[in-house]
Amino acid sequence: MRAILTVENFASNLVLTFWTPVFVGIFIAILTYALWPRNKAMFDAAARQPLRED
Amino acid sequence: MTNQTDSVKWMTIGEAGLTVILAVTVFLSIIAAAKAEDAAYAFHVTLAGFASLASVFVILNRYFERGALPPQEIDGRPNYNFGPIKFATVASVFWGISGFTVGLLIALQLAWPDLNFNLPWTSFGRLRPLHTSAVVFAFGGNVLIATSFFVVQKTCRTRLAGDLAPWFVVLGYNFFIVIAGTGYLLGVTQSKEYAEPEWYADLWLTIVWVTYLLVFLMTLVKRKEPHIFVANWFYLAFIITIAVLHLGNNLALPVSVFGSKSYVAWAGVQDAMFQWWYGHNAVGFFLTAGFLAIMYYFIPKRAERPVYSYRLSIVHFWAIIFLYIWAGPHHLHYSALPDWTQTLGMTFSIMLWMPSWGGMINGLMTLSGAWDKLRTDPVLRMLVVSVAFYGMATFEGPLMSIKVVNSLSHYTDWTIGHVHSGALGWVGFVSFGALYCLVPWLWNRKGLYSLKLVEWHFWIATLGIVLYISAMWVSGILQGLMWRAYTSLGFLEYSFIESVEAMHPFYIIRAAGGGLFLIGALIMAWNLWMTVRVGEAEEGVLSRPGATLQPAE
Repeated sequence: MRAILTVENFASNLVLTFWTPVFVGIFIAILTYALWPRNKAMFDAAARQPLRED
Repeated sequence: MTNQTDSVKWMTIGEAGLTVILAVTVFLSIIAAAKAEDAAYAFHVTLAGFASLASVFVILNRYFERGALPPQEIDGRPNYNFGPIKFATVASVFWGISGFTVGLLIALQLAWPDLNFNLPWTSFGRLRPLHTSAVVFAFGGNVLIATSFFVVQKTCRTRLAGDLAPWFVVLGYNFFIVIAGTGYLLGVTQSKEYAEPEWYADLWLTIVWVTYLLVFLMTLVKRKEPHIFVANWFYLAFIITIAVLHLGNNLALPVSVFGSKSYVAWAGVQDAMFQWWYGHNAVGFFLTAGFLAIMYYFIPKRAERPVYSYRLSIVHFWAIIFLYIWAGPHHLHYSALPDWTQTLGMTFSIMLWMPSWGGMINGLMTLSGAWDKLRTDPVLRMLVVSVAFYGMATFEGPLMSIKVVNSLSHYTDWTIGHVHSGALGWVGFVSFGALYCLVPWLWNRKGLYSLKLVEWHFWIATLGIVLYISAMWVSGILQGLMWRAYTSLGFLEYSFIESVEAMHPFYIIRAAGGGLFLIGALIMAWNLWMTVRVGEAEEGVLSRPGATLQPAE
């Protein structure tokens, strides 16, 4: 990380100030979606999808 | 006039368009063959010309013989399109056995170099990419196309999108395999590992792959199920990422449009980084994401149990997609690649432990309440053991990506052992398991011809894998230790040739392991063939018309 920090360029600044928080945010949103209690019924049904087809 | 149009059969846009394009291709191929600057190129454009001509005849013939296009539904049930899937299934068995055989031959060449027969076409350097491409792209690719077309239809409860498009994908992909494979034997290569095919083969694959993506996406769009099942997410990630990787790594400028040679756009360490960004994600998205899709559909189906945790499958999917794409630099440790990039690759590889094992646990735990089936159903056992091998290979991979471990393992047979525990154990077994499920379903059979033969396949192949990977572990670590051994005076203790000599017994054991794996696959081919030939038809299921174009079945 030190090495990245000391390299002053546009790409590393963009990664540190923009992409890292954005991806952490997206991942937290995904976790929330996956663990949201109200979605459980839908996921339980989806888990059985291969078993109920014609 | 308007009334007449009702009774007139029209060509679809796809039929007419493809006929015209292929007819033009025939003429372009003749010109290119006449102006070809090397023999291999002339051979390939001639093949393209004949293939295009044959396709024009097949498309027109089908048009004149067909009535209306196959309906989307019959009696309120989806009229699934199985024709292209059957072709890909047969092709995967054929290519699998070819690829394993070439693998066995080059394993024997390493033990007894005379087996290269002193011919350029059978030298190790040409046969090795033939082996890797045949098993990864020809065998694995056809398994992925077959299962993805099957799973997307079944879990979306809708017929595959497109009329000729699915056939174009399957036949076009296999034509790419033929061009790539014959090219290697003739010495055509751009010398990028797992991306050896030259520019014209790459362009053709791009067209085929974009069509594959469109067929898959359009099938998802017209789905009857509101939720997109997780296996389809994995397939979609596989298809999209392979398209991006293929385009990025293969940007090249041909020396001439009438010759096979090209120069890649990237130079030096950028080229190396592009190559291993591609190379490792071919592992991550072709050999992992695609086959995880198989795991998420075929294991629940075969065990008759729901996915253990659907929530975990969602987290598994996104975590693996986010992390895998960064792991490539671990192939370039201690190279000219900037040090921080190497460390980044290593760090992401280690983080991959979590989603990999999360996925493995999800696959294994799907057997909750059905563990007893492992005793009685060798197909399910094959699928489950594949997931166990997946866990093993994805434990070993991050370990080897750690720089100090890599300093011992890199360039040694340890890498070959690692790759094969993933390739034979995970990809091979999960594919065999899927094929054992798929063939009775596609050909409308009650079950397999013989479960006993599956038992034999399972045990012979498992023994083969154990021989293979344990030989390569010992050989690889021995090799690594010999290379770094110094005398008390600071000289290298062994010459390189001494380390080669030490490998000999392990190369024989490895070839024996590969031979057993091949024997197992031959047993499978016989079993599947007999299932189709003499298997008892499933009762109560109407044989569904649909595939109207079935060449070479």
